[in-house]
Amino acid sequence: MTYYLTCILVMAIFTYLPRMLPLTCFRKEITSPFIQSLLYYVPYAVLSALTFPSIFYSTGDIFSSIVGCFIAIYFAYKGKGLVFVACAAMICVYIIQLF
Amino acid sequence: MEEFIKGCKKGIPIALGYFPVSFSFGVMVVSSGLPLGMATLISLTNLTSSGQFAGVSLMLAYSSYVEVAFTLLLINARYFLMSLSLSQKIDQKMNTLQRMIISFGITDETFSVASLQEGILTFRFMLGFITTPIIGWTLGTLCGETLTHFLPTSIQNAMGIALYGMFIAIIVPASAKSSKILKVVLFSGIVSMIFFYVPVFDVLSSGLKLILSTLIGAIYGAMRYPIVSKGCDVS
Repeated sequence: MTYYLTCILVMAIFTYLPRMLPLTCFRKEITSPFIQSLLYYVPYAVLSALTFPSIFYSTGDIFSSIVGCFIAIYFAYKGKGLVFVACAAMICVYIIQLF
Repeated sequence: MEEFIKGCKKGIPIALGYFPVSFSFGVMVVSSGLPLGMATLISLTNLTSSGQFAGVSLMLAYSSYVEVAFTLLLINARYFLMSLSLSQKIDQKMNTLQRMIISFGITDETFSVASLQEGILTFRFMLGFITTPIIGWTLGTLCGETLTHFLPTSIQNAMGIALYGMFIAIIVPASAKSSKILKVVLFSGIVSMIFFYVPVFDVLSSGLKLILSTLIGAIYGAMRYPIVSKGCDVS
């Protein structure tokens, strides 16, 4: 229990610091093109690494996960919003698992 | 007060969008065996999606605090830029405490919406604007945690894909617009799959795999396709 609570505290601190420090302390602009570019790409890199291959094991069976993944990619490509894409993938997985 | 209410209203669509995702977070945490209440506490104190999911999987693997800290810092590195970008747009009269309060509510979604807002962002507006998403996010998790046992397994299984669906909804349109981003996304995704499927890498923890896949992809992008525009270039 202590381990869990300490973990949650550590998580909260290291989520808060990157949000808080620049807004509160930093008034200058980052000039290094490398750091700028790195920070620019990090969100996409981390989301991709989080999604693949974990998405294939997210629903309990690999077939519905893969189909759900393609449905999500399709609707995302069509420019649908986050909630729409997430719901479409969920509904698709639900329907496949009925059979 | 008027500004505060205006902010709250502006935050409602974000709060609604958060609900199903944080709901599935609550379901996931409870079904993974963590004690009741943990998920809601995490959502209330962290207010972030990918960081929370990653954090919980690290907790379940009994990772070290350093590993948790480093992974979270890396996943949340994007907030540095968002926070930096917002610092140019907020009311410059805001004092340090006010800045510290509103920075708690910076997320991918609140950042995007706030950036598109006309004019200067006042403290009262921002306070309202982060309040509704915080409520939506925390309440969603609380419902997920408490209602899990009433939900049939089929629905729980289906909800497992929700967060990844949202991730895809972020990376796919960005990749369609920019071939540089597409290459970074593919690079990181492939490295991550190699780490997952090639048995040699089983010695690495899942947190370390995530950190390495991210850094390899982002460094590749930064070296191969440097961004020349100014600091606020975040989508």
